[in-house]
Amino acid sequence: MNFTLKIWRQKDAKSHGAFETYKVSDISPDTSFLEMMDILNNNLIHEGKEPVAFDHDCREGICGMCSLHINGHAHGPEQAVTTCQIYMRKFRDGQTIVIEPWRSAAFPVIKDLVVDRGAYDKILQAGGFVSVRTNSVPDGNAIPIPKKDADESMDAAACVGCGACAATCKNGSAMLFVAARVSSLAKLPQGRVEGARRAKAMVAKMDELGFGNCTNTGACQAECPKSISIAHIARLNREFLSAKFED
Amino acid sequence: MSCFLTNSSLGKKLVMSVTGCFLVLFILFHMSMNITLLFSPEAYNMVCEFLGANWYALVGTVILVAGIAIHFIYALMLTVDNYRARGKQRYAVTVKEKGVEWASKNMLLLGWIIIGGLALHLIHFWSKMQLVEIMGSHYFTPEIDGTATVINPANGALLVAYTFSKWYNVLIYILWLAALWFHLTHGVWSMFQSVGWANDTWYPRLKCIAKIVATLVLLGFAVVLILMYLNSGDIIAQMSHWVPEA
Repeated sequence: MNFTLKIWRQKDAKSHGAFETYKVSDISPDTSFLEMMDILNNNLIHEGKEPVAFDHDCREGICGMCSLHINGHAHGPEQAVTTCQIYMRKFRDGQTIVIEPWRSAAFPVIKDLVVDRGAYDKILQAGGFVSVRTNSVPDGNAIPIPKKDADESMDAAACVGCGACAATCKNGSAMLFVAARVSSLAKLPQGRVEGARRAKAMVAKMDELGFGNCTNTGACQAECPKSISIAHIARLNREFLSAKFED
Repeated sequence: MSCFLTNSSLGKKLVMSVTGCFLVLFILFHMSMNITLLFSPEAYNMVCEFLGANWYALVGTVILVAGIAIHFIYALMLTVDNYRARGKQRYAVTVKEKGVEWASKNMLLLGWIIIGGLALHLIHFWSKMQLVEIMGSHYFTPEIDGTATVINPANGALLVAYTFSKWYNVLIYILWLAALWFHLTHGVWSMFQSVGWANDTWYPRLKCIAKIVATLVLLGFAVVLILMYLNSGDIIAQMSHWVPEA
């Protein structure tokens, strides 16, 4: 398969970027999107040009490191997968593919397609500790947790923190990420203890870092590679508001 | 507690939700008032007399203005925040995400249309009814069909029939109601989400309720407009010499 790639190139955070067009040819339909990028970079290196910088790590959809806004979609045109799980057979032969970095004021571009997602780490740090007994491993059945709660907690915990939610949101809001973190712990007895403090601290940090306000469009859940539901945002709203009214 | 309503994103959304809920209730109240016109112009005028420049109507007006002002000012504040958060550099390619309603991304635009319609509505009716009474007058003299006519500010039925005898007013109000329909289809379910009263089971139900409320509002107001247009001649003739009972 052959493709025309329009890729955002930017030397560093301070430079102005622009799109550059590249051609890749003889790509196997079973090549993953990131492997296609590797092939492009290999070609560029052989031509003596600067390869395209992009984030990646596990390449199996669990680390949250890959990003990329591909033809208008965070993580490409397929639902519920990360960029590393997209295969070139999902595109048409000869198609032009526009590849952009995440666009959000809180995620500044570092180089080409790499953005600084450190803001999410700062929100996580603001979440603080979880009350658990240390020392020996406790018995798995010592604290009974209803299946429904455990499932909801796990659904939220599937968040890989990739930033697609804030990158997709027209308001640059990180609510789905914060909600997933708050919700996954709030549904478990161990995390419940600090529930109120955590919700307030993480929301305060999110606001401080310049993320926008959620307007319930639902674009985040549509583009989330882990299909995290905005029902978790409703839970965050409950957690936060009840914590505030108790102050 | 004292300031999270102004400095926290979730606090601001709570204010939008509560004021939005209040405005939806007001719209339903206004609609039920209008519907009396379908049964009796005299009954409608009784409602107008009841809601003249009496103290309770004035208190209600002040609360309503505050509700609209807060809802609108907060919308502007949130939009400015969001514009900044989005950053200067935008995507070259954008798409409509799956399941995302057009209205949800255009609430401010719809809000501007609604405010514009509201300004026209106040000029058409409020300035000739409650405002006349607040200014201490007991009548006003609009030019109906080119002749100055002395009418009582509580003669709402005549004013409504006259205003909607013009086809272009009917058209403008229907466009206004259409914008309100879109605004409510997102706003009504969204206000539950913002206070946290929603989950995956309830999203389809809440969105269905929102569409029902929006459609009820659209039909409830539109039916009065259309019937006024069709019957304006009769009602103007019937109500031209109406005076309130002492």
